[in-house]
Amino acid sequence: MKLFNTTAFFAALTATLITVTLVLLGSRNLQNYDAALVAYLFGTLFAIFGVVYRYSVWIQRPPTKVYLKSSIRTLFSKEFIQCSWFSLKDFVKNILFQSFIIKRSKKKGIAHLMMAFGCLMAFAITVPLTFGWIHFTLVPETGLYPNVENIYTIHFFGFEMSTFPINSFVGFMTFGALNWCSVLVIIGATYFLQKRLKDPGLISTQTFEADILPLLLLNLVSITGLGLSLNYKFMNGKAFEFMAVSHAFFVIVFLIWIPFGKFFHIIQRPAQIGAHIYKEIGKNTGMQVCKHTKKEYTTRLHVTDLKEITTELGFNLQNNAGDSLLEYSPEGKRDLLAIAHLQARQTSGTYFG
Amino acid sequence: MNQYYKLQEEFFVDMQRCIGCKACEAACAECETNGHEPMIHVNYVNRAVTIQTTVQVCMHCDDPICANVCPADAITKDEFGIVHTANTSRCIGCSNCVMACPFGVPKKVEEYDLMMKCNMCYDRTSVGKKPMCATVCPSGALFFGTREQMEKLRPNSSPVNKFIFGMETVTTKVNIMLPKGTEVLKVF
Ligand code: SF4
Ligand code: SF4
Repeated sequence: MKLFNTTAFFAALTATLITVTLVLLGSRNLQNYDAALVAYLFGTLFAIFGVVYRYSVWIQRPPTKVYLKSSIRTLFSKEFIQCSWFSLKDFVKNILFQSFIIKRSKKKGIAHLMMAFGCLMAFAITVPLTFGWIHFTLVPETGLYPNVENIYTIHFFGFEMSTFPINSFVGFMTFGALNWCSVLVIIGATYFLQKRLKDPGLISTQTFEADILPLLLLNLVSITGLGLSLNYKFMNGKAFEFMAVSHAFFVIVFLIWIPFGKFFHIIQRPAQIGAHIYKEIGKNTGMQVCKHTKKEYTTRLHVTDLKEITTELGFNLQNNAGDSLLEYSPEGKRDLLAIAHLQARQTSGTYFG
Repeated sequence: MNQYYKLQEEFFVDMQRCIGCKACEAACAECETNGHEPMIHVNYVNRAVTIQTTVQVCMHCDDPICANVCPADAITKDEFGIVHTANTSRCIGCSNCVMACPFGVPKKVEEYDLMMKCNMCYDRTSVGKKPMCATVCPSGALFFGTREQMEKLRPNSSPVNKFIFGMETVTTKVNIMLPKGTEVLKVF
């Protein structure tokens, strides 16, 4: 693989510059920008650059390109109607509620769902704050007297949106939701951590940086985040500085790690929908019948595309007669090997040796 | 994680000896790495005309086509030459690997939307033990041990790890036992 990918670099640069522009616009030239968040902002910008770079490199690979091309083709064809309802259902079922993980194991599925919801909600809350798109101001009169309930104004892109009292549902969600996200993530990540320390199958194949580190990071981010609130509420802000710095540290490591490590699967996962759509529309081309077993095994479209992908990758699975190995089902291919093996034994004059 | 991996031990398959008893399938399901799903394939070659059965483990190719065609980078080969089953967080269940593997090895488990395949019992081989299937095969179709041991057991056969599929030559970590002196097997 090439070390430097120019297309990916420019895609990443463009995405980062667009984000910077939106930060400037949203915070009205940083007028409304909370300086305490600047370290998070740099972490996020790095993550955006890295994610877009890796994503662009990824979609340029021959097998991925096929799915991308097919998805775009579908988007602009009459099959789009056929697929839109299907995709929506698929999105809710598999991306939102991750039913395929629940089927693998109920406990794992629920723990993963907690982690995923916690993380995605936390992103949805913190990213607009970090970008300065949303900020809150205290209605001055309500801050003057200790026995009057504080009322806050919410601003979006510098426009006043609405006001809410601190002790309302909106107030609770705004200032307390992150704590709930932390709790969800801690439960989910701890479940997986103990599993990874106990399950012999996982122990034999896992590595620290690919599997344990991400779970530790999630826990550290959430615990220090929760610590900030607890500290503020119950310890009168003692050690707040320490908590704030350690939380920022772990969040930034988390952000920087997104493009490189396990967290990248969050970005890759929606491709699953693409694969499902591909299978659906592939049926319109008919099913491929195995030359040996005479049974259907995949769509014709799939076989045609795989021929192209393997050729592009430098594998030539065609024989002299112009037949392709890809026209045999997995079972058919196993049989071909067994037949060749038997023939070799027969030619040698003995079945065993 | 796997300082015990014994590189001197290898896998030797002789499908001609397979009697279709499926003991390996039952043993495979005991493997800790595949969530108690058997990954080994035993099937009749052409039931209408012969009782011949075949047995297939992953051949752990040197340049695995399965990993090359995977759009999600879910399949990796490690420093011991083991081609691992799909990374559960990455696999998008597209079945490219299932359809492109020249040996018909990967299985798509529809319910999990996940590809699963033999990883040569990594939980066992990485600590110096033999794969489950090879420990139970009663007919010697599956054998795991050193080359010297194999040579003593099968003096009239040679281990072959080079296969021809059309214009492609595939070399593998796993060997297939063929008549003495054979160096390559043309499959297709
Ligand atoms: S035999 Fe098939 S599944 Fe195994 S490494 Fe080779 S291509 Fe991949
Ligand atoms: S089924 Fe999974 S492992 Fe196989 S090619 Fe598709 S994404 Fe990769």
